[in-house]
Amino acid sequence: MSMIEFKNVEKYYGDFHALKNVNLKIDEGETVVLIGPSGSGKSTLIRTVNGLEEIEEGQLLVNGFDLHDPKTDMNRIRKNVGMVFQHFNLYDNKTTLENVMLAPRLVLKRDEAENKKLAMELLEKVGLADKAANMPSELSGGQKQRAAIARSLAMQPKALLFDEPTSALDPEMIGDVLDVMRDIAKDSAMTMLVVTHEMSFAKAVADRVIFMAEGQILEDSTTKEFFEKPKEVRAQKFLSQVEHH
Amino acid sequence: MALLQNNFPTFLQGFGYTLLSSIIALIGSMILGTGFAIMQILPQKWAQVIGNVYVQVFRNIPLLIITFFFFLVVSKYVKMSGFTSGTVALMLYTSAFIAETVRAGILSVDGGQMEGARANGLSFAQAMQHIILPQAFRIALPSLGNQFINLVKNSSILAFVGGLDLMYQGNMVAANTFDTFSTYIIVAIFYLILTLPLSYYIQHLEHKLKRAL
Repeated sequence: MSMIEFKNVEKYYGDFHALKNVNLKIDEGETVVLIGPSGSGKSTLIRTVNGLEEIEEGQLLVNGFDLHDPKTDMNRIRKNVGMVFQHFNLYDNKTTLENVMLAPRLVLKRDEAENKKLAMELLEKVGLADKAANMPSELSGGQKQRAAIARSLAMQPKALLFDEPTSALDPEMIGDVLDVMRDIAKDSAMTMLVVTHEMSFAKAVADRVIFMAEGQILEDSTTKEFFEKPKEVRAQKFLSQVEHH
Repeated sequence: MALLQNNFPTFLQGFGYTLLSSIIALIGSMILGTGFAIMQILPQKWAQVIGNVYVQVFRNIPLLIITFFFFLVVSKYVKMSGFTSGTVALMLYTSAFIAETVRAGILSVDGGQMEGARANGLSFAQAMQHIILPQAFRIALPSLGNQFINLVKNSSILAFVGGLDLMYQGNMVAANTFDTFSTYIIVAIFYLILTLPLSYYIQHLEHKLKRAL
């Protein structure tokens, strides 16, 4: 069953055509990496999936609901689709533990004792159990991002969106975050859509790679195919540029 | 000193009314001000317009005129004392300034906070209540403190409509004793008894909240 499906989706920012006739199907449990040069529409695409950006035309089905239908309750979609941001967006006025516990308490009405137990388990999993009582301002970038991932996981979503999760991190912090993401990808039920420039992560974890440029999907291949023999000239050029770094 | 002793109950009564008026107006203007601040940042155009018109009307008319409006016009239809007219006027007038202060606070909270909250499943209202407003109030606290102190001092407007407050009682004592100088010194000291602790409390809160981050 497909978790996320784009059908002839168009998106504009004023006169700028940000997404051009996007067709894309992501099945439940799949891990898909979205790559492409900056300004290619990767972030725009991923942000449409939980309604942070609206689409102008076409159909966008997420977990069976059409996001372009005004009757769709966006909060219900977001309960099932978590998002991890480039700049973490942790709640600055809450401790790490409260960051993880808040949405399950308010949105899912999860029992407080159970909520705390689950939150601590998640913090343990991302290696932050000892930072539970700290404020976000007391965490390093990598720790913030791992806390943000724990916050998303606490909602027990069906899908997780990662919008350049390691781009704002110091190089030595990136590994820990990618390790956590790798663990999540191993969980076969979780659908993951990841915008990233980490090619080694894509190679190791992704089932599929999607290459975008200028608002269009130019290539949609299995990871093996993509890295061994990219079909598109633009993709070949992009790969040779990022891999020579 | 004899002046204070002879008229102590009068001053004390005025002090009580000023305190009461200030507390009511402060709570009311915080609620109204926050409400109109939120209206101005809602995506709905009509809400923005209502919020903006409210703020512009009450912020740009002298407090005295708003007070007279309630005391002389509104009181014809809804029975209200001078104390009530003045307190309501003070509340509405101050709420317009608080709305602007809180709105500025909300706008200076990083946009990622709202996005993070919405993506996490929180509704707009939940995000406002738990994430945005607590941060906005912290940012706005120094200016809110200013508004609160102004509010206490502006409550002297009650004197113009027989509001029985500190200023009103001061006027009475001055008229009876002809000792205007000492009377108003005493009145000023009573105002300081209200405003100085308030100032220090706000400063204390600022330090406390700074540490909490």
